[in-house]
Amino acid sequence: MTVLLEARNVTKVFSSGGLFKRKETVALENVSLSIKESSPSITGVVGETGSGKTTLARLLLGFIAPTEGKVLYKGGDLKRLSRDERLEFQREVQVIFQDPFEVYNPFYKVDHVLTTPVAKFHLARSKTQGRKLIEHALQAIGLQPEETLGRYPHQLSGGQRQRIMVARASLLKPRIILADEPVSMVDASLRATILENLRKLNQKFGISLLYITHDLTTAYQISDNIIVLYQGSVVEVGDIELVIKNPQHPYTQLLVASIPVPDPDQRWGQDSTPVLVSKTSAKVNWGCKFVGRCPFGMPICGKDPPPLFQTDGYRAVRCYLYKDASVIAGNAIGKDVGPKR
Amino acid sequence: MKADILQVRNLRVYYQTSLGPLKAVDGVTLSLKPGERFGLVGESGSGKSTLALALMRLTKPPGYIEGGQVLLDGLDLIKVSENEIRKVRLAQIALVPQGAMSSLNPVMRIKDQIIDGIKDHLKKMPGSALEERMHELLAKVELKPEMANMFPHELSGGMKQRVCLAIAISLSPKVIIADEPTSALDVVVQRQVMLTLGQVQESLGVSILLVGHDMGLMAQFVERIGVLYAGKLAEVGSVREVFKESLHPYTRLLIACPPSLEEKGQFKGIPGLPPLLLNPPSGCVFHPRCPQTTSRCSVKIPSLKEVYPGRWVACHLYTEVKR
Ligand SMILES: Nc1ncnc2c1ncn2[C@@H]1O[C@H](COP(=O)(O)OP(=O)(O)OP(=O)(O)O)[C@@H](O)[C@H]1O
Ligand SMILES: Nc1ncnc2c1ncn2[C@@H]1O[C@H](COP(=O)(O)OP(=O)(O)OP(=O)(O)O)[C@@H](O)[C@H]1O
Ligand code: SF4
Ligand SMILES: [Mg+2]
Ligand SMILES: [Mg+2]
Repeated sequence: MTVLLEARNVTKVFSSGGLFKRKETVALENVSLSIKESSPSITGVVGETGSGKTTLARLLLGFIAPTEGKVLYKGGDLKRLSRDERLEFQREVQVIFQDPFEVYNPFYKVDHVLTTPVAKFHLARSKTQGRKLIEHALQAIGLQPEETLGRYPHQLSGGQRQRIMVARASLLKPRIILADEPVSMVDASLRATILENLRKLNQKFGISLLYITHDLTTAYQISDNIIVLYQGSVVEVGDIELVIKNPQHPYTQLLVASIPVPDPDQRWGQDSTPVLVSKTSAKVNWGCKFVGRCPFGMPICGKDPPPLFQTDGYRAVRCYLYKDASVIAGNAIGKDVGPKR
Repeated sequence: MKADILQVRNLRVYYQTSLGPLKAVDGVTLSLKPGERFGLVGESGSGKSTLALALMRLTKPPGYIEGGQVLLDGLDLIKVSENEIRKVRLAQIALVPQGAMSSLNPVMRIKDQIIDGIKDHLKKMPGSALEERMHELLAKVELKPEMANMFPHELSGGMKQRVCLAIAISLSPKVIIADEPTSALDVVVQRQVMLTLGQVQESLGVSILLVGHDMGLMAQFVERIGVLYAGKLAEVGSVREVFKESLHPYTRLLIACPPSLEEKGQFKGIPGLPPLLLNPPSGCVFHPRCPQTTSRCSVKIPSLKEVYPGRWVACHLYTEVKR
């Protein structure tokens, strides 16, 4: 079974500050995942702000290099791709960025982000054909070409800018789309339209999707499997139904319980975790990263970092509550632990 | 019944474009009572942020306020002088803009960002009093005192959003407008921030206009809700009534949209495209997408009318309540 894109035990440490007061941030710690060629799937990646989601996407795209571990594209280290391989990689792996304010050049009309890939990858034989292609892609995600093209980025709403990025990714019909919060700024109706489109891309064209989000509900709707990150570590991973319907890690349980229900008669549950959780900046070597917020903390939780326990065939959890299950290696994720189907 | 603290009457905000005016906010009328939590929902591009900015008279070219009134405690903010509106902003009506937390000044300490706004209004306040006020504000939004000396990049998203709240309440305004304050946060942090906002709202008795599109969040937080479609209000009512028995066909579809953890695999997007604002459909702007459209809908623009006490809807399917 060929693996298209794989992160193998990657760790990313950012250092900042001066020569003497260096601060290290462990954005990701020993994370593995693989996207296989044979079965195009949708993998959800969820976690709170700063948990390392965007860092993971940037590593997979080769924008940044891992501090430890490797990112492999069709078995070859991203760092060592030849020119041709790199071009192929750029076409086959597309990204939808989180912050639509950042990716646009304010001096170019938004058309630029659409016409550039059409030209670069020779998607159309003529200008008219290219324009048609672009208009189709825009309409598919609920944008009126007449009201979108020819405008500057600041003339569009946040959600409109975000959708242009979706249109761009879909134009290229890549093998993999890394979507970093593609719907965080749009309303429920458009969110449904966009997700439906992303799913179509998956089902019709066999495009695999990494769906990065903090929205568990949409992750549940669209994904086959899910990775829950907490402060850079995978705390729970596996089949989406299992993880969402019966979350095992205390953090995943908290996430599921915090979803606001669109029903005024069903009150938000009370939160028992401390409100002020400071950002950790150093690697926690001494125990579970969640121990400060965890209602189930045990003595061992403060001593050793928990490994991943495989609680059943399709799921693994990094928590001592499941210490009777067998320990699995992190890089088994996506190989031994994954969706049921 | 208490008098309204904020009254918006027939507010119109347009953008000048090469193809003519784009009517982003087209005749919005609504009101907020003191201490009320009002939610404004609507799809992306429906004019929510444009409206929020116009309420503060912060509309920037090519946008302009075409007409209407924004009465804050009786004072028309559209008419007052530039000098006067500056005094009102922050002190009486404060805005947490969309994406506020990413627009905190990266090279300025948190305490200075909070104190800056206060200083603008209370020029004579001594430094020690400013410092004290700043610490009170941090406590109100549940931030630790040591965070005063930090820079934005040292804080998490939830904490940054709390700083933005602290700034918004720094002069105890009567109205706070919060434009999607939590849409960049995860659900756990979102709930914590909203609980804090709720507590602050209660302790200050301030009215909140919460702008957003997360129906779940609205259901949990606001008392009344207004649904914006293509720059016009489609429906206004208590959140319970609007959720349990929506009247406008658009609201009905909107309520059915959010995916849940119960049923998987069904995305219920509203069919059709959002309307062209430069050249909106005739009659009811929603008619091309409406499942219940009648012949009248494409001809006559429905006005927002009260069909039950407190329930307003702009749709030809309903007739005005007889008084
Ligand atoms: N270039 C950088 N230099 C220093 N630290 C960084 C850099 N990029 C990210 N970080 C830090 O790494 C951690 C993970 O950040 P990342 O952006 O991956 O989080 P995220 O899960 O995408 O969060 P969000 O939901 O807010 O987008 C954070 O603590 C962040 O401050
Ligand atoms: N500077 C501008 N020039 C021209 N049109 C603009 C400008 N700013 C916004 N618009 C248009 O005005 C309409 C309303 O935009 P607005 O930002 O108010 O929407 P919104 O409801 O806040 O959307 P979102 O939920 O995506 O934030 C959109 O169609 C947008 O394209
Ligand atoms: S390992 Fe311990 S502290 Fe960590 S989540 Fe499990 S029970 Fe809680
Ligand atoms: Mg991110
Ligand atoms: Mg907006």
